[in-house]
Amino acid sequence: MSLEFTVEGKNFLAAGEASSRLKHTLQHIGFPAPLIRRVAVAAYEAEMNMIIHADRGALKAEITPKTVTIWAEDEGPGIPNIELAMQEGYSTAPDYIREMGFGAGMGLPNIKKCTDIFEINTTIGVGTKLKMVIFNKQDPGSL
Amino acid sequence: MEKGVYSIFLDEERCTGCTNCIKRCPTEAIRVRDGKAKIFADRCIDCGECVRICPNHAPIPQSDAREKTGQFRHTIALPDPALFGQFKTKPSPRQILAAVAALGFDSVYEVAWAADAVSIAIREFIQEHKGEGPWISSSCPVAIRLVQVRFPSLTEQILPLLSPVEVAAKLAKEEFSRQLGIPPQEFGCFYLTPCPAQVTAIRSPYHLEHSYVDGALAISGLYCELREKISRTPEQNEPVKATAPGLTWGRVGGQTRAVQSENYLAIDGINNLLQVFEEIELGKFNTNIDFLECQCCQGGCVGGTFTVENPFVARVTLRRMASQLRPKLELEEEQEVLEYYRKGYYRAEKDVEPYSIMCLDKDIAKAIYMVEQSEKILKQLPGLDCGSCGCPTCRTLAEDIVCGIATETDCVFKLRERVQSLAEQMLALALKVPPVTVVQRQIMKTQREVLELAKRLPPVLAKPNQEKEGK
Repeated sequence: MSLEFTVEGKNFLAAGEASSRLKHTLQHIGFPAPLIRRVAVAAYEAEMNMIIHADRGALKAEITPKTVTIWAEDEGPGIPNIELAMQEGYSTAPDYIREMGFGAGMGLPNIKKCTDIFEINTTIGVGTKLKMVIFNKQDPGSL
Repeated sequence: MEKGVYSIFLDEERCTGCTNCIKRCPTEAIRVRDGKAKIFADRCIDCGECVRICPNHAPIPQSDAREKTGQFRHTIALPDPALFGQFKTKPSPRQILAAVAALGFDSVYEVAWAADAVSIAIREFIQEHKGEGPWISSSCPVAIRLVQVRFPSLTEQILPLLSPVEVAAKLAKEEFSRQLGIPPQEFGCFYLTPCPAQVTAIRSPYHLEHSYVDGALAISGLYCELREKISRTPEQNEPVKATAPGLTWGRVGGQTRAVQSENYLAIDGINNLLQVFEEIELGKFNTNIDFLECQCCQGGCVGGTFTVENPFVARVTLRRMASQLRPKLELEEEQEVLEYYRKGYYRAEKDVEPYSIMCLDKDIAKAIYMVEQSEKILKQLPGLDCGSCGCPTCRTLAEDIVCGIATETDCVFKLRERVQSLAEQMLALALKVPPVTVVQRQIMKTQREVLELAKRLPPVLAKPNQEKEGK
């Protein structure tokens, strides 16, 4: 099944709603708790990235018994240096965002840790597309 | 914890089917069917929210019968710290303990003292596992069950340490057994509890195979008698064993104070717990919080459904009473507790297991299909979460329909739509006049009026239906 949520840039009131909804759906399906945690953290980091940096975006998910695939696609500034952005602690978030407790430079590294496949496509001034795949390792069919 | 063990029962005679409870339940465990609330046993976590909201007092929290104490050779009362907040007039902590004994117990053992010991154990454990937090306190059984059923991935962050009441019972049986030469199994430990979830936690413990506690008696059930006993107990000013921080475990913030945690959150109220757990599961607080004091009831255990005093008053009373106690343990006592800790005395015997009550089917492929169907059904429902169908939200109705325990026409708005379309069909038929008859204008007018009425929509959802008609 597929799900799609829109994400509004700079709207911190709705922060985490899309990932929360995705997480609840996975719980209703009955995926194992560790997988749900990985999806939740990856989706949340991606959602927060869009809220912090982008103008608008969408969080999409495709759910099968063996895999959960998430796409986070936004219209925004893009990532100038992916290698730097993938380093723990590197962040381009402005001070006011850091004061809110975000922008610790852990977003993308965290996503990488939580996912089995992680792809970034970014175009400066246009936007960024993330693809995240998480395998359900407890499903006997996926081994 | 065993599934389906819970301590809140519904008095069907009092229940009017008013739907107040279904909306308040944090695990969506209640439905109204045939005009009466029904609690799904495997979903109930004993939080007591329905007990608080019900205008008819139909949900009744249960505790053990007093007669159960008769089964034991030597009975020990374990008064919860929250008990001390229930008496704002005069009595000293020692006087309250004496009155508890006067209820007919052979001995009294202070749960507040066990709380002192558990606080040190928690402090040590957190220091040893720095950076692995946040650790969720394991004394509130509702918080534990909330994690099990709604935040299963957080179960491994529950502190693997026994709750003060279990430690109190364990210590009490050992100490009195040594003193009196009676075998531990002949002691009956009875917890004077502020909360029905503790009753369940004793019947079906989450950290132990078998509880050390033998029964739980509601504070509210003993309140009148206890007041009377207090009034007959002479003033007693000798100190009690517990310290001030141990006694304040009964109110929110007390655990944190006793544990002396620097990076902590003290959360009370089930909705606040839901919000914080949600954020933790998304990875929000992981790096900088060591300890989460979780209290399901507003104000902490003084707000439990088995308490009598207003929780805000009880908080103040408890603080005042604590100020009469010594501020901390002696160094030797602390050393002894640490020794016990190193021997694993306070350690849980088993891990808290997650159990999923939210999933629609065991077969993942089937569950995905069912969730997909329920999303489709949800889009057709009015989205008012009015509760008239007996489900707390439109989403739960959609899920219940997919699970086969409800039908779409349980929704009054869907039912009205159906009635409307049936009425239209009937009118269309009725308007067909037999060719041999002359049309009577009055009848035609009435029929049109009826049709108009059938078309009229509830004021709360005029638009979506008009759009549907336009298609």
